[in-house]
Amino acid sequence: MAHARLTPRQYMILGLVSLCAPLGDTCLSRGMTSLPELTLAHPSALIAAVFTPWIAVGIALLIGFFASYLTALSWADLTFVLPATAFGNVIVALFARFWLHEAISLERWVGIVLITVGVGFVARGPSLTERPPAQTPALAEAADLGEEGIK
Amino acid sequence: MTIPYPAPQPSFWAAFAMIAAIILTSTAGEVLTAAAMKSVGDLDEIRAHSGLKGAIHAVLTCPLFFAGVSFLALAFFALLFALNHMNLSFVAPASASLTLVTNAIAGKVFLKENVDRRRWTSAVLVCIGVYFLAH
Repeated sequence: MAHARLTPRQYMILGLVSLCAPLGDTCLSRGMTSLPELTLAHPSALIAAVFTPWIAVGIALLIGFFASYLTALSWADLTFVLPATAFGNVIVALFARFWLHEAISLERWVGIVLITVGVGFVARGPSLTERPPAQTPALAEAADLGEEGIK
Repeated sequence: MTIPYPAPQPSFWAAFAMIAAIILTSTAGEVLTAAAMKSVGDLDEIRAHSGLKGAIHAVLTCPLFFAGVSFLALAFFALLFALNHMNLSFVAPASASLTLVTNAIAGKVFLKENVDRRRWTSAVLVCIGVYFLAH
């Protein structure tokens, strides 16, 4: 089904795409920097790193990002999803400013304003290009399974 | 952390080729993944009809999905290769922001998406914004 306008659930999925990727990267970065230096001579240390808390949380967040991203691409255009989810960069910068008390240069504030305006622009438009209705094979199969379940 | 020796800076054309490799593989990956998800259909509806297992099955039985993921993996390795030769402060903003523009072009050409003036403006604003934010 094509949604020209998004439902609250779909906005939530886009929010998850925006948040999970930068937070996942941050967790991976924090986890990797807290470990002693890894070398390819000891690959088992890299596997052990996967099970440390920060890296495990980072991987879980990145899996969440990919699942949400695929879901968003199934009902919205690529050229809508990519700019709309760029807001995650702004959230990370604001986290860095107000939570980690990092200094943000004038250039970065300009970047934040530009991304916010860009996201505002695309979010006010339709999320999907209108096309003639056509049922996809996977949806038809799902509908058949549903009907068999009713019978 | 100290760097054992100063890394020689690549020539203009070598840097151009490395950034181009990231952008091309990343754009191919995004477009193929988007095409795969459009061919699968609305995942929310599939999940409502046949559960999470049905949605995962629909995605994993789509060959385009694996083509997209393969190109995204190539993009990741191209990024690692570029980071081995150039600074993160140059590679990350350049590749992230230019990919937005190439995706808008590829979305219009290959996916036949309606990239109107609103979407072009948005892509360019976000592209410049990402550059400023990550630089």
